[in-house]
Amino acid sequence: MSDAAHAHAHDDHSHHPTGLMRWVKTTNHKDIGTMYLMFALIMLFSAGTMALLIRAELFQPGLQLTNPEFFNQLTTMHGLIMIFGAIMPAFTGFANWQVPLMVGAPDMAFPRMNNWSFWILPVAAIFLLGSFFLPGGAVAGGWTMYPPLFIQGGISYDLTILAVHIMGLSSIMGSINIITTILNMRAPGLTLMKMPLFVWTWLITAYLLIATMPVLAGAVTMLLTDRNFGTHFFNAAGGGDPVMFQHIFWFFGHPEVYILILPAFGIVSQIIPTFARKPLFGYASMVYATSSIAVLSFIVWAHHMFAVGMPVTGQLFFMFSTMLIAVPTGVKVFNWVATMWKGSMTFETPMLFAIAFVCLFTVGGFSGLVLAIAPVDIQLQDTYYVVAHFHYVLVSGALFSIFAGVYYWLPKWTGHMYDETLGKWHFWLSTIGMNIVFFPMHFLGLAGMPRRIPDYALQFTEFNQIATVGAFIFGFSQLIFVVVIMKAIKGGQKATSQVWEGAEGLEWTVPSPAPYHTFVTAPLVR
Amino acid sequence: MKHKVLQKWGAVLAGLAISSSSWAEYAYNLQAPASKLAGDVYHLHNLILLVCLGIFVVVFGAMFYSLFAHRKSRGHKAANFHENTTIEVVWTVVPFIILMGMAYPAAKVVIDMKDTSNPDMTIKVTGYQWKWGYDYLQDGVSFYSVLTTPRDQIDNLAPKGDHYLLEVDKPVVVPVGKRVRLLITANDVIHSWWMPAFAVKQDAIPGFIRDSWFKADQIGTYRGQCAELCGKDHGFMPIVVKVVSEADYRTWVAEQKGAALTAVADNGKTFTLDEMKTRGEKVYTANCAACHQATGMGLPGAFPALNGSKVATGPIDAHIQVVLNGRPGTAMAAFGKQLSDADIAAVVTYERNAWNNKVGDMAQPSQITALKGGPVGTSPVAVH
Repeated sequence: MSDAAHAHAHDDHSHHPTGLMRWVKTTNHKDIGTMYLMFALIMLFSAGTMALLIRAELFQPGLQLTNPEFFNQLTTMHGLIMIFGAIMPAFTGFANWQVPLMVGAPDMAFPRMNNWSFWILPVAAIFLLGSFFLPGGAVAGGWTMYPPLFIQGGISYDLTILAVHIMGLSSIMGSINIITTILNMRAPGLTLMKMPLFVWTWLITAYLLIATMPVLAGAVTMLLTDRNFGTHFFNAAGGGDPVMFQHIFWFFGHPEVYILILPAFGIVSQIIPTFARKPLFGYASMVYATSSIAVLSFIVWAHHMFAVGMPVTGQLFFMFSTMLIAVPTGVKVFNWVATMWKGSMTFETPMLFAIAFVCLFTVGGFSGLVLAIAPVDIQLQDTYYVVAHFHYVLVSGALFSIFAGVYYWLPKWTGHMYDETLGKWHFWLSTIGMNIVFFPMHFLGLAGMPRRIPDYALQFTEFNQIATVGAFIFGFSQLIFVVVIMKAIKGGQKATSQVWEGAEGLEWTVPSPAPYHTFVTAPLVR
Repeated sequence: MKHKVLQKWGAVLAGLAISSSSWAEYAYNLQAPASKLAGDVYHLHNLILLVCLGIFVVVFGAMFYSLFAHRKSRGHKAANFHENTTIEVVWTVVPFIILMGMAYPAAKVVIDMKDTSNPDMTIKVTGYQWKWGYDYLQDGVSFYSVLTTPRDQIDNLAPKGDHYLLEVDKPVVVPVGKRVRLLITANDVIHSWWMPAFAVKQDAIPGFIRDSWFKADQIGTYRGQCAELCGKDHGFMPIVVKVVSEADYRTWVAEQKGAALTAVADNGKTFTLDEMKTRGEKVYTANCAACHQATGMGLPGAFPALNGSKVATGPIDAHIQVVLNGRPGTAMAAFGKQLSDADIAAVVTYERNAWNNKVGDMAQPSQITALKGGPVGTSPVAVH
């Protein structure tokens, strides 16, 4: 019965190849969105496996499972793949699925470019993962790729530069598509200040990507020519400056941090009003706060470099500008809490992840404020405190918002409700596990454990052991997530078009699963 | 082989057993400060943390109250408000004022931390893959400081000592209560000189000199580590500073100068093959084994083998040149400025006659001096 109902009922008026060629040739935003999300899931598990290897090695002082070279490859690739392979493509997947549905457009503005921007990603992934098998192994200089260390490596370093170029290209093409779709293809009546907040945050994110990805491309190109063609951009002996790389890198890198979190803000801002059954508090201030975060993100980059050494005025400027970011970020958190206030809340899995996001992302925000204080940062830079900080922001921040978004929209995508019991198990194990891994890392950093070391002094043992136990709880509970997704794809309780009682927006006006082609005639928004 | 594996895991288990007793000195906060500046940083961190905790309790107290009180299952009906200009202005302005309250004390510490003027003494610190070099600019003392933790402890073949990975052959020695300025640079890649007890962390950048300072209040031994990823042995280049009385410091300086004279005298001597091989093995273990391995087999794909290599079994002058000048663009450092002529002669001799290498020839210190183009002091030359 459910099989019969599922039998491609949504394919009624579509003409496209079947089998593998459907996916290779597709220009449909829903197919491409699905592929982005599946790609991100695979990358999440590959980079997650690396994280578990890292944590297993760090369970005990001494070298047990890895040698220092391989350990450095694991930390480097874990970072690169999680950022460029898992988090960013997952958000682009959401954008592909949801932006046309939310603005009432039939598809993305440039469907064929959309196909390309996805299909070059697996190539980059193969370059990155394949480099483990090259002589000398994968890149081991840290995801930040600082020269001169990065100049010393073998062929996989050049391959990584190529992969970064490809991923940057993919991001830029994706961003052009998203911006054009949002600005040109909104349904009549859907003014900018009526757009769902997810669309707003992605619009701003796309601008950030277009502004910063070429900067990264320039930086890694200079690395490439320094490595292979005898230039000296970053070599002091030839008149260059290794610190210049860091300035260029972080001019990209700090906006990148917001590229990884603004779409998360958007997802959470969709979910909390739905389950609080109350409109988002302070919509306009949310838009302004997001924009100011984006603008500020361009003038804070050197707070990643306090230990590099800079004039006292430079240090003060970057300290003050960084602290300033707490203001718009605070506004967002207050708005989410005010949205919940006097609502009529229920706690389905998307809402649970959204609440955990608000709370735990704020923990990462506070440790960010501590790190913004330059003299304190001198003690904490390049320690496990920083590792704790950015994992609170990226795991309980970005990743949790991705979980929340998948649970929230999965019924719309598959036409079936997901298994709520399994979803709750996934939530609780992830949240508890995540805190067991990353909270002790604050103490490790404060006590003086540097990051990126395969072996450590004995006084750091206990907290490392706790963190490793948490990592395995967190890591293995992600298998539940896969089971939930597979079950929902195969079958389950039929979803209504509204799906959630409190849901509002154009995507909830089309049937579940969303037909292959939606909004062929534009809806009218009042 | 099997025995070795058993021994390894035996040591791991033994480590687990004693973990709760002897490793109980773990901490929840920054290390105990040993200088006024580090104390300022310590208190600044506590202040910021307390403010954050306060805000956290207020905001999430409200959120969790709402989560319990305003739920559908308790029959709570949703209100419909979605903006309030007054409250939105308040929660924009109030955090701004709190931040200004934080910025003021923080800025004072920044200004103090960055003020490196009027030092009592200056030490130049140079980061190498993977050791630290120190030059006392006034007292003329120069040395390298290398990890002394035995390989067996790292490989879990022996029980780990108290200062596992935080012990060196030659610590930095400074007098108590003196303002010490550090000029920090690096020879190959970026390192970072970090001493938590003094709140000093300064990246060591090849080709550039950055400075920092500390004034230690208490006599004692303080331990830190390199804090910037610098390649495979980043985790194995600790920093140890011994703060001693002024008198003890003077004694130490005199001892160091005596040792330096012996080293210079060695450069003029002629050694036998066996003397050179024995000395060379020590030099090799301290400087070369990290990459080329104790077995001389290197690490395929990353660091070449010396056992049977064309360089180590070919013409001796070419071999010496590689050791003296390094290989630009690779991790192979130029040891000409780091090691004495006698040590270079010894290590070259050792490499040509160790493992399966049976060249049978040897180098003398005078030969190294000649290839360098004249006598050069044993002290590392500044990177200018």
